[in-house]
Amino acid sequence: MNGRTLSEIILSRAAGRSVASGEVVTLEPDVVMVHDSIAPSVIKILREQLHVDRLPHPDRVAVAVDHVAPAANLATAEAQAKLRTWVAEQGIETFFDTGRGIAHQVLIEERLARPGRIVIGSDSHSTAYGAVAAFGTGMGATDIALALASGRTWMRVPETIRIDVVGQFRAGARPKDLALAVVRRLRADGGTYTALEYHGLADLSVGARTTLSTMALEAGAKAGLIDPAGLPSAYPVPEWLQTDPTAGEPSYRERFTIDLDAMRPQIAVPDTVDNVVDLSELGRVPVDVVYLGTCTNGRHEDMAAAAAMLEGRRIARGVRMMVVPASREALQAAIADGTLATLVAAGATIGPPGCGACIGRHLGVLAAGETCLFTGNRNFRGRMGSPDARIYLGSPEVAAATALTGYVCDPNEVAIDAVMAGEGV
Amino acid sequence: MARVWRFDTDVNTDQILPGRYAPYMTSEAELRKYPFIEARPEFAKTVQPGDVIVAGPNFGCGSSREYAPQSLKMVGVGAIFSPLFARIFYRNALNLGLPLFELDLTTLADGADVDLDLDGGTLAHADGTITLPTPPEFLREVRAAGGIIPYFREHGRFPGEEVVA
Repeated sequence: MNGRTLSEIILSRAAGRSVASGEVVTLEPDVVMVHDSIAPSVIKILREQLHVDRLPHPDRVAVAVDHVAPAANLATAEAQAKLRTWVAEQGIETFFDTGRGIAHQVLIEERLARPGRIVIGSDSHSTAYGAVAAFGTGMGATDIALALASGRTWMRVPETIRIDVVGQFRAGARPKDLALAVVRRLRADGGTYTALEYHGLADLSVGARTTLSTMALEAGAKAGLIDPAGLPSAYPVPEWLQTDPTAGEPSYRERFTIDLDAMRPQIAVPDTVDNVVDLSELGRVPVDVVYLGTCTNGRHEDMAAAAAMLEGRRIARGVRMMVVPASREALQAAIADGTLATLVAAGATIGPPGCGACIGRHLGVLAAGETCLFTGNRNFRGRMGSPDARIYLGSPEVAAATALTGYVCDPNEVAIDAVMAGEGV
Repeated sequence: MARVWRFDTDVNTDQILPGRYAPYMTSEAELRKYPFIEARPEFAKTVQPGDVIVAGPNFGCGSSREYAPQSLKMVGVGAIFSPLFARIFYRNALNLGLPLFELDLTTLADGADVDLDLDGGTLAHADGTITLPTPPEFLREVRAAGGIIPYFREHGRFPGEEVVA
């Protein structure tokens, strides 16, 4: 008997029958996530088109105010006020208002996303939940409204691209570089309609797994699942999700290996996420802004990695550095261990937990002609503000090195400079 | 006669409708003014009902924002042709009843005259007529109903779903 992919195992259980890639299934998601940007459309569709006044399963709904948090103008303030009223009317208890953080990070912290569950979300980066071996995928307002109204949704069981990771992160390469290397290989559409399934990452933190799962979407993938081996005990893996070692190889659409030993820092060059080069191939690119945050790289470990490089130093003259924690928990951890104090002392500006300027709406949008090194997941033209700004994507370590030097910089270069200057690393 | 609007590969939803122009930031009434507002400012001003978009692969990649295909539907785009659509965009367009065809028509020039006949399943252009592929039954049913919501309201279930709770 053939083995099954993680997607096939999870979706078979939810569908109540054994299904294989290519089949269309109807199932009941464990959690439907709605975020502030899309909520007004979802509520409008529920009321005006579906005529649903009461949701059948408010206990399966999570609502987050993260994309514009706090409200940036009167339109968003009014929309959020209406959202709060609706949440109260519906009796939704898992409501994460301004300041709690980015939905993806919060649902993982709250363990609403956990191994084997199905989480659909109104945000495209809902692939995030694959970090804890939940089947997470993004959908638009109509699909989300229908799922809320009916308790069900439909989807095609995706084919799987299996990625085996070997070796160790070294020479300044980090999980973000792995994520960018995968998009570089698959290109922006190479994973369309598929699930990416990572193996060989049992040592990785939940946060680092989330860097990979959120970025799966940037190769077009429907889901980005990480083999649950090595997950902390807070995320117990149900027995049915454990793969059967006696079963044969699942049917993969594609399978490849990435060797971390050979990996060096990667950079996505404007204006597409798959326009990735080795940082060493990039010429000298001066920046105006360094932006550390998002569901991809805004966790405590990301801030701490940057702080370790900025300790006792100042960011370069003429550079603004924004740090926007992915969640309140991440912010609290950064306060508790001094990470935040280090970042502020180095000259960084701290924003409230949430999506920050990732969608170009508030909290440090870019002007025409400005260049930004961003730890997020998209560098599309106009993404963070002016269509005439330029966005480079890199790891938190590259962000710190860039903040120190004022140009897109390899963390190894800063470390060597520091040693030569007798500062220590 | 309608015209072709040619676009490149990897057209993302930030190009179709930048996040700063979302209904959340402005209002839904203004949405029809904003498709391609930065990528191609003349589009929203001059597009005519029945015009078609012809693009390279990976049309609609990026965000889940349904207001991107919704804005194209509002201005009357008749159909979109691309060899490959991004997954969420595909679902959104299907749900809204905006016809997509996985076809590479990039030999057609920008501004070329075309005549789209969805019922007849053809796209006529200066050098001939293209027969449009018949979509799978699932999509055909949704499209015939005018979108997923009319379908669901009519049937109380999703296409192909056997058991109704």
